[in-house]
Amino acid sequence: MNELIEAVPFLGKRNPRLTKWLIIIVALVAPLIAAYFGRSWMRILDFALLYMMLALGLNLVVGFAGLLDLGYIAFYAVGAYTWAFLASPHFGVHMPFWIVLPLGAAFAALAGIILGFPVLRLRGDYLAIVTLGFGEIVRIFMNNLNHPVNITNGPQGINALDSLNLFGWNLSQSLTIGDFKIHYLYLYYYFFLLCVVGSIIFIKRLQISRVGRAWAAMRDDELAAKAIGINTRNMKLLAFALGATFGGVAGGLFGSFQGFVSPESFSLMESIAVLTMVVFGGMGNIAGAVVGALILTALPEILRHIALPVQEAVFGTVILDPEVLRMLLLSLAMILMMLLRPAGLVPAHARYSRPELLKGGA
Amino acid sequence: METLLQQIVNGLVVGSVYALVALGYTMVYGILGLINFAHGEVVMVGALTALQTLLLLMGIAPDMAPLLKLAIAVLVAMPVCMILGFLMERLAYRKLRNAPRLAPLITAIGMSFLLQTLAMIIWGRNYHTFPQLISTDPMQPIPGVFITPVQVTIVIVSALVMAGLILLVTKTRLGRAMRATAENHRVAALMGVDTNAIIALTFVIGAALAAVAGVMFASNYGIAHYAMGFMPGLKAFTAAVLGGIGNLGGAMLGGIVLGLVEAVGAGYIETMTFGFLNSSYQDIFAFVILGIVLIFRPTGLLGERVSDRA
Amino acid sequence: MKKTGIAIAIMGLGFGLMSGGVSAADMVVKLGHVGPLTGSISHLGKDNENGALLAVEEYNAKGVTIGGKKIKFEIMGEDDQADPRAGTTVAQRLVDAEVVGVVGHLNSGTTIPASRIYHQAGIPMISPSATNPKLTQQNYAGVFRTIANDVQQGGAIGKFATGTLGAKNIAIIDDRTAYGQGLADEVEKSAKASGGKIVAREFTNDKATDFMAILTKIKAQNPDVIFFGGMDAQGGPMLRQLKQLGINAKFITGDGACSGEMLKLAGDALSANAYCTQAGLPLDKMPGGKDFKDRYKKRFNLDVQIYAPYAYDAAAAMIEAMKAADSTVPAKYLPALKKINFQGVTGNVAFDDKGDIKEGAITVYQYKDGGWNPVD
Repeated sequence: MNELIEAVPFLGKRNPRLTKWLIIIVALVAPLIAAYFGRSWMRILDFALLYMMLALGLNLVVGFAGLLDLGYIAFYAVGAYTWAFLASPHFGVHMPFWIVLPLGAAFAALAGIILGFPVLRLRGDYLAIVTLGFGEIVRIFMNNLNHPVNITNGPQGINALDSLNLFGWNLSQSLTIGDFKIHYLYLYYYFFLLCVVGSIIFIKRLQISRVGRAWAAMRDDELAAKAIGINTRNMKLLAFALGATFGGVAGGLFGSFQGFVSPESFSLMESIAVLTMVVFGGMGNIAGAVVGALILTALPEILRHIALPVQEAVFGTVILDPEVLRMLLLSLAMILMMLLRPAGLVPAHARYSRPELLKGGA
Repeated sequence: METLLQQIVNGLVVGSVYALVALGYTMVYGILGLINFAHGEVVMVGALTALQTLLLLMGIAPDMAPLLKLAIAVLVAMPVCMILGFLMERLAYRKLRNAPRLAPLITAIGMSFLLQTLAMIIWGRNYHTFPQLISTDPMQPIPGVFITPVQVTIVIVSALVMAGLILLVTKTRLGRAMRATAENHRVAALMGVDTNAIIALTFVIGAALAAVAGVMFASNYGIAHYAMGFMPGLKAFTAAVLGGIGNLGGAMLGGIVLGLVEAVGAGYIETMTFGFLNSSYQDIFAFVILGIVLIFRPTGLLGERVSDRA
Repeated sequence: MKKTGIAIAIMGLGFGLMSGGVSAADMVVKLGHVGPLTGSISHLGKDNENGALLAVEEYNAKGVTIGGKKIKFEIMGEDDQADPRAGTTVAQRLVDAEVVGVVGHLNSGTTIPASRIYHQAGIPMISPSATNPKLTQQNYAGVFRTIANDVQQGGAIGKFATGTLGAKNIAIIDDRTAYGQGLADEVEKSAKASGGKIVAREFTNDKATDFMAILTKIKAQNPDVIFFGGMDAQGGPMLRQLKQLGINAKFITGDGACSGEMLKLAGDALSANAYCTQAGLPLDKMPGGKDFKDRYKKRFNLDVQIYAPYAYDAAAAMIEAMKAADSTVPAKYLPALKKINFQGVTGNVAFDDKGDIKEGAITVYQYKDGGWNPVD
């Protein structure tokens, strides 16, 4: 929270208390503002919250523990498919969310450990490319496990997933209180917001705990960390497992929100997009992940609405279409951030996350 | 039997392309310890530049001999890729040479997607037909086993390029400087090697090879498009790791082995797993091999370098 | 007065707040179109959008009066990137913009999840190209398509292979997309039912360029016919590689590779052994096909790829239904759309109770004289 407050330009440093309340209020009324511009913006906000959870989880692995994971989206997939298996007509199983979500998280954590074990010895580039391979392998299996036994329904995906049902309260149906109707996108927004806030509090505690400090030590100098008695193997596994847990929960929520999962949603590009959010916001930093996810989810959509009319006005035709702009934005964000501002948009200030140490020689 | 032989031929051809691309990865990795993710995109730029040149040539000199056209196209694509390789190193990687390892890696990924996007803007999103100027009419050296002249050319060209590169690295002053830089930048610099120039040169040479690989790839399949470099790039990197990163011969061997595993694997996996797995898992082989090699033998088949650099 | 109308319309475009009730002489009514305008099949997405655009422009030129007001139709084109998640986001955007109907999406994979959002919002949608049977099996009232579905197409291919071509042994390849796999499964079913034997079932993906390994494997099984379920970007190179491997089997693909692009990409590997199928009639044999081709060329300076006429008819069906119901309100013209029956570019447009096109003809084409020619 403190980092987030400081990230607010001008006001953040001068009046932290006011800024704090401002952030809270903005978070609460954001969907109302978005609704003014159209419900698709609320949907985008909902997705931004999901991406925040993903970015927070990946940040644990990349930013805290210093392990570059390019296959992170696989855990998201595990969570989403767990929801699809246990809460859809596909197998005819309809379990409540308080069973499915934790199970999805557990499976994702298990997948994290399965990935973690063999790659323990790898570092840096090698780790990155093996995790990339892992992500692709998971996607390819999801795409093909409809034969010989139909498990994932292959490329067709699984449709009609149960929506989130909080003890009899179905979040996908708009709530009507008297004459007042609350659209279901609001309900999802506040539920997701709750999840994100919960994640932030948990990660915040984790960061200053023994585990967080051990990760920081391991990230900055693995050899030295070992020498002072940190069990780097367990710490790495824990990072993978915990990071994956967030991916798993986000995946389950995604499944319930979207109502449809198919392997296409879990491509390498998604992993890269989440990584860019972490890098852009600032590695090793909770506020960074939140800001990065928000900006990089919303900006392409805003660009879509600004850049297209501008191009049409100036050139008379659309030269760069929205997807090209999004790709340009993501790739340039990665390159320029690393070159010009390696600590990210919101550099970490908290104890044990010292990006300046990252600058040391290889 | 014919089927197995045919699969081996298929594997050799694909493997030769992987090998050619893998050389670029292994050289850069050997010298900088950096996976140049964007190397696959250089292959793509090579192919599309050559395509552009060919289309131009067909417009202004339709009667020119096909092979001459192809040669000109390669000669245009090579310098373009070399400039691209040089710029990449100079603008994106040099500044990060002493940064933590994550930084140049992330830049490289960004560079890969940036190049794809730029290519998409320049050449559009469609698949383009690449003129097949070397014949693709199949020959049967062994009855039942088919190979085309373009495939033979690919294998021969890769072998020649590879031999030339080994000569360059082992027999020339320049090669010695490269090896010294790979061993230790600082010491090499103290010995009077201009390490910056050497590193830039490594990128340039790798890019030239990538251009050749791009033209070969496009000529073989008759197509080119903006995303054609990414997957072959990843697989070529796998090949480089498999052979032993930093080792030129290893890159060649790794490429061929990977090509063979993919072809033979796709052909027989269904029989081997009693129908549980099938050819839809073809793309997994590269990643599985990569994982296994890195975990159990990080030095690769021929490598001497310890993986500690990673 | 007219100026205000336009100004409000522009504001509406900008903020997605268009209320639809502009009380100017020209009432602007927006139809949505969704297809991938980016990615490897963007040429098809653009083609569809152009088809719908042409329909709207022609109706505007003719002048349509509904409820006593002159209507100006507009197409709000969105890009779903062939990605299901982007598909639902843009679907929501169209719902927000209060379009009265949607032409799209192109891929079954994006159309199915998006259809749920249109259904919840009560907006009719007509897909010009999503052929997966599941789309209309969801029993959403407002979901239609102007193209024959994969059950019809796959069935026709299977019968054609075993019947007309007299194939005994059939090999099937699909590209592991929802479209390719769905169609391949239907072909397999139909071929088996009509006495064919499936000697090989192989797989590739929608980004692959090398098919030598699976084709070699297929060659060993000596099939009479090879069917490929996938798009032209893979179909073209695959055909070249068949030739390189000296395989003489007949090659059939579905509508995804039955395009002009396929002819370019396969090049001189095309022979009379190459067949493809297309839902509906060939462009030249469509009742309004020849004329459509010229109008399309004149307007966009492009050749029709595949589905543009179906997108044209989809947009036309909506406008015809609005005329019949004398209303542009979705709930009011939907009953008319269900009962619509008119002569479109592609033939007679009328839907069955599931929303599938009634006369969903399938045409088989054979390569001849540099182009696809219908087999009688």
